[in-house]
Amino acid sequence: MDAGAEPVIRVHGLVNRFGRQIVHDGLDMQVAAGEIFGIVGGSGTGKTVLLRTILGLQRPEAGAVELFGRAVGELSRVEHTDLVQRFGVTFQNGALISSLTVAGNVQLPLREYRRVSNEALDEQSDLCVAMVGLPAEAAGKYPAQLSGGMTKRAALARALALEPALLFLDEPTSGLDPISAAAFDELLLYLHSQLGLTVVMITHDLDTLLRTCDRIGVILDGRMVSGTPAQIAAQPHPWIQAYFHGPRARAAAGGRDG
Amino acid sequence: MASSLALDGDGDAWRLVIGGDWSARALASVHSQLDTLPGSLSGTVTCDWSAAESPGIGPAWALLARLAAVGADRLTVRHVAAPRHIAFLGELRAARGLLPVPPADDAATEERPLEDIGRWAVAQGGEVRTFAGFVGHIVAVVGRGARKPRALRIASLSRHVYETGVTAIPIVSLIAFLISVIIAYLGAQQLRMFGADIFVVDLIAISVLREMGVLLTAIIVAGRSGSAFAAEIGVMQLNEEIDALRAMGMDPIELLVVPRVLALLVALPLLTVIADAMGLAGGGLLAHFQLHIPWAQFAGRLHAAIAPTTFWAGLIKAPVFAVLIALVGCYRGMRVRESARELGRLTTLAVVQSIFLVIFADALFAILYVRLNF
Repeated sequence: MDAGAEPVIRVHGLVNRFGRQIVHDGLDMQVAAGEIFGIVGGSGTGKTVLLRTILGLQRPEAGAVELFGRAVGELSRVEHTDLVQRFGVTFQNGALISSLTVAGNVQLPLREYRRVSNEALDEQSDLCVAMVGLPAEAAGKYPAQLSGGMTKRAALARALALEPALLFLDEPTSGLDPISAAAFDELLLYLHSQLGLTVVMITHDLDTLLRTCDRIGVILDGRMVSGTPAQIAAQPHPWIQAYFHGPRARAAAGGRDG
Repeated sequence: MASSLALDGDGDAWRLVIGGDWSARALASVHSQLDTLPGSLSGTVTCDWSAAESPGIGPAWALLARLAAVGADRLTVRHVAAPRHIAFLGELRAARGLLPVPPADDAATEERPLEDIGRWAVAQGGEVRTFAGFVGHIVAVVGRGARKPRALRIASLSRHVYETGVTAIPIVSLIAFLISVIIAYLGAQQLRMFGADIFVVDLIAISVLREMGVLLTAIIVAGRSGSAFAAEIGVMQLNEEIDALRAMGMDPIELLVVPRVLALLVALPLLTVIADAMGLAGGGLLAHFQLHIPWAQFAGRLHAAIAPTTFWAGLIKAPVFAVLIALVGCYRGMRVRESARELGRLTTLAVVQSIFLVIFADALFAILYVRLNF
């Protein structure tokens, strides 16, 4: 990570707890501009809670979250409106609005933040739909008519609608077959190279993680250990060893070699 | 700084200077600039991006689309100092066969009233058939339950009796009490003119027992439980829980619908009895304190006013209303497909239809009772 550059995301000393259960206990995380950063951790280690905290959907017990150098919790309404236009999010199950078509979903943030004609909106949603590699006719479909892979792409199209500099993906490839997942990885890498995005993703998918991520952050005991994939894989912690060198990991690595 | 767009040149060599804010946020201003381009251009146009600040993808896309539209096939577009995504957008346009956007098929929506009526009739016919199938399925499950009580799901049934019946007692009691007070109060004003105050007791007894008790209870239950049935089953439908049950070899009608129908069949008559009692109590209290009719006289008059059938004439309707409400609520819930809006629409429909059906059935009962002299 470039020491001089201002990080896009800076999380410092984050504490989150539900009742007696401590989820985050002084978690630190930094993501630099242009990185693809993967967050991993066992079930219940608070990956999604971390994401929700960074997005400002949830107030942390303690700690600071900064996006683009601004503290998330202390923004005025105007500043917040400005900030939400600088990042895009895809949720685990797509979270597409079920009563709107794909085009309608993509246009939703555009209608809110850009005052342009309906033709211009159609033009922009066509662009987003094309960028994520969906066929043009998918724009007119409702979420219930989409396959799993198409839902993930449509969610990505909506996240890209405002041209964010920062993209959050929650389990972008979960529930996809390996070929669709690999296609999603390539799409992500392609968009990353073309648009210069910073990407933060939560994933369990080791293939996706190793294929796309520049750096990985592992949540262990409420804190985060981060580094390049090679650095992380070399960590002695038993969970990391099991994750990166377990039977599934060997299969993933073997697949790449062969 | 606002976005700007300056076109100069002539004949077939044009130069387009793109300046100012061309970021995604300036999309509206970019579009107003694009509107200043001439309607048709030919030859070569060189887009100079060097003065553009943080050019975004959306505005660039809009520019490419506009140039393609005004230039048709006669314009060659070149870019100077272009942002790196221009090439990417060009690839996208090429992959899409250079658009234009396929026209929406709303051109096909010609007005054809006769056809619309026909389609509507066919759709309604289909709906009736599905509903008949639904009712038949319930009857079959209940029939099975008569031989094998396990199919009736006693635990689930008692939970629904509690939710639709016991928890509705306060509101049903309150409304029956208040309505009866209102009827007694207004009735007394009229009857006093004839010096017939005492007949207020007849008015209360007959209106509450025959009509108001059961009708108000049914309407409250339709609003409370009919909507709850539709929403609960509808959400399960959206979450694919119904499909999951089917896939596990369980019958959602048996598991979800029949317990609700039977529970309401138990709860609504009991609620009606409570409503009747509260109604009489309300009328009695008003008669005592407002009209100064002593308790004993009230009781005596009540005894004289009520024929043996009065109470039953009201109560008999309760199971019929219960079945109507539960069937409509569950049926609408099972019909939810695909979207949250559909859930809301069908829940509303469930309540509106069940209240309508309850009142319609009440009218039929009224005619029937007169014919039978009941």
